[in-house]
Amino acid sequence: MEALSSLADGFSVAFTLQNLFLAFVGCFLGTIIGALPGLGPSNGVAILIPLAFTLGLPATPAIILLTSVYYGAMYGGRISSILLNIPGDEPAMMTTLDGYPMAMKGHAGEALAISGIASFIGSFVATWGLVFLAPVLVAIALLFGPAEYFALYVLAFATLGGLSAKNQAKSALAAAIGLGIAMIGVDGQTGVPRFSFGEVHLYDGIDFLVAIVGLFAVSEVFLFLEHRGERSGPGEDKVKITGRIMPPVSMLKDTAGATGRGTMIGFVAGVLPGAGASLGSFLAYAFEKKWSDKDKSFGTGNPKGIAAPEAGNNASAGGALVPMLALGVPGSGTTAVLLAMLLALNITPGPLLFTQNADVVWGLIAALFIGNVMLLIMNLPLIALFARVLLIPVRYLMPAVAMISFVSVYGISGSTFDITMVVLFGVLGWFLRKIEVPTVPVVLGILLGNAMEVNLRREMTISNGDLWALIDSPISIVLWLLAIGGFVFPIVMGQIRKKPAGISATEKEMADPD
Amino acid sequence: MTSLAFRASITAALLLAVPALAQDGGFTPSNPECIAPAAAGGGWDFTCRQVGKTMQDLELVPGTVQVTNMAGGGGGVAYAEVVNKRNDSNDTFVAASTATTTRLAQGAYPGNTMDQVRWLGSVGADYGVIAVAADSEMETLPDLMDAIKSDPTSISIGGGSAVGGWDHLKVLIAADKAGIEDLRQIKYVAFDGGGEAVTQLLGGSLQAFTGDASEAKGFVDSGDIKVLAVLAPERLDGDFADFETAKEQGIDAVGANWRGFYAPGGISEEAYEYWVGAIEETYASEEWKQVMAQNGLAPLDLSGEEFNQFVADNIQEIQEISKEIGLIQ
Repeated sequence: MEALSSLADGFSVAFTLQNLFLAFVGCFLGTIIGALPGLGPSNGVAILIPLAFTLGLPATPAIILLTSVYYGAMYGGRISSILLNIPGDEPAMMTTLDGYPMAMKGHAGEALAISGIASFIGSFVATWGLVFLAPVLVAIALLFGPAEYFALYVLAFATLGGLSAKNQAKSALAAAIGLGIAMIGVDGQTGVPRFSFGEVHLYDGIDFLVAIVGLFAVSEVFLFLEHRGERSGPGEDKVKITGRIMPPVSMLKDTAGATGRGTMIGFVAGVLPGAGASLGSFLAYAFEKKWSDKDKSFGTGNPKGIAAPEAGNNASAGGALVPMLALGVPGSGTTAVLLAMLLALNITPGPLLFTQNADVVWGLIAALFIGNVMLLIMNLPLIALFARVLLIPVRYLMPAVAMISFVSVYGISGSTFDITMVVLFGVLGWFLRKIEVPTVPVVLGILLGNAMEVNLRREMTISNGDLWALIDSPISIVLWLLAIGGFVFPIVMGQIRKKPAGISATEKEMADPD
Repeated sequence: MTSLAFRASITAALLLAVPALAQDGGFTPSNPECIAPAAAGGGWDFTCRQVGKTMQDLELVPGTVQVTNMAGGGGGVAYAEVVNKRNDSNDTFVAASTATTTRLAQGAYPGNTMDQVRWLGSVGADYGVIAVAADSEMETLPDLMDAIKSDPTSISIGGGSAVGGWDHLKVLIAADKAGIEDLRQIKYVAFDGGGEAVTQLLGGSLQAFTGDASEAKGFVDSGDIKVLAVLAPERLDGDFADFETAKEQGIDAVGANWRGFYAPGGISEEAYEYWVGAIEETYASEEWKQVMAQNGLAPLDLSGEEFNQFVADNIQEIQEISKEIGLIQ
């Protein structure tokens, strides 16, 4: 096969001592950057670009270093999600839902191992997808116009209610808050600032990072302060690492299906330039919950709830490289930075990249395989070490979390305004947690709300306001049906189930993960 | 950061690769600093980093050029900071592009005007193109304009900037010169970057694309899109020489996305001369010429007073068009 022989050439490019070393450095730094709250893959890559320039690296080694950071960060994000209930980056947010409860039950080691293996499988499969399917996938990506993207986001919001274990109304409220926050900033379709009150800092809208760091990390610190360390917090002294480091084979078997489904969903979301990793991991989780949550254990530490989103977000990282390389269209913040880097190295991604710069492309793909294996080998033995974070007393851990959060937010924008915003979001997060409103839908609202609105407005401009244009293609009709089904089905099922059992759905639910 | 900043950064990065700075005038910066008014990885950031590195390599500046990212408000945060807090900082220069003048013209940097800073010089320009899918029936820019005239609702034009941003304004400039009276009827759809807009053009959601020559290049080479016109005063060099200008087709429209720098308003005359000279020398270097050629950047060699006048004209033109479409009063 032609692709295989090209790939073999790619391996010969990638297998030099220097490139392997760069891949190792990239994976290592990426894991750390991913794990630190506030620093995600896009910042990690952006931070290392000057390094690549300073070292005077040629195109292939430079891109190997940066993609290793990218994959490494996708791995690393899960660590703080599981151990601290603070997502290391946006796509790792879904992993907090089951990862943290699992760690609290003493199974931190297994949670980290399961998520590491799911991450490996997700990126491994996605990289093969990149090898064989890139041209086909590009054709599919072209079928997605604004109407199809809008339907996709509607699908995401329709399934959002099912996320929260306790109270769907509270989830909906949280999502609405997120949607409201997403409206802040200059509206691209009219060029007019909204809800910015003449404040220049608000023109670009609210950065997801600011919201995530505030809602998760800083609110955690506030909760700790409120209880003066008596209770709560990740380092709660009653938590012991009773579980084993390596999960039992039965658990791996159990989560294999979730990993596979998460991989597929994540990969497709990654390939669509308008979707991306956050949507990928969210849909993977939501779908998995619908698919296999028979005993309502999602949200309380079900390993499947870790495997699905982790496979999903890593698969979408691989998928996002398809439109970036083949179309020159970045599907995420990180690929946008990578694209800028490629252009600066005088490589123009686009339809001709695979023929004009075959050595770079295949060297890069080979490096992805190498980096991925490296990450798995690097991550599994370190689990024991990572898990020990839980043993650090909260009174030391919380100040460190606060410091890292502020430093990373300030480091990205260099703006004290963002620091203020982080604190405000921290207060909001603390308040929402007090009234038991989940914070995950808030961030999803911010992340997905803009994209949903923008695509609706684009379609309305194109169709001259004709609403029927929204359901004018087979893809959008299917997505709408899925969305309606995903919204109505749980309600109907809930009613049917309720009657014979005589117990309200709410009472059956387990504790909220927060 | 979307397309404008992104593209600006790439261009800027390339442009900045030019070295050489004269040490006349007796001023030497002690801590040279380039402010990128966007986050790391954006266009202005690349401009600063590459220019800074080039200046450093050519030993035009002592030591290294520190790049400071000051994101927010589409450059407005950095602009306000320079005006309010660094007005007399002789060591500072700031990356700018058409995105900067567009926002200044539309009052999107509240309370700030172009007179509050000193405009140093440009390092090149990326001329606008208007393109359609390869299988489109339209062959020339007048074809497109006629289609808009006969039924404005039938043509959706996509680009990488927000409504009122430069990609949008380029179409309006062309339409204005083509004699279309109500510019507000033209349907412009904003995307997150030129690449996304081209994808939608290929997917059939859009009928035309407006962007920079460098953005369109890859898709023209692959035969996916065809350029109706480039909005340049004359034909571009190298790979872009095949594109007909709008002027050749009877529509006298020019739209250049320039890259350049400004400095704080209160700097000393010696410092101003120093930075103007540094940018001139960078532009004149062989390295820079190579960067421009590779990236489809066309020559735009303006500095000092000349550049100041160019920026003023640019802002005035944008204001007129923006008033016409009702974006500003």
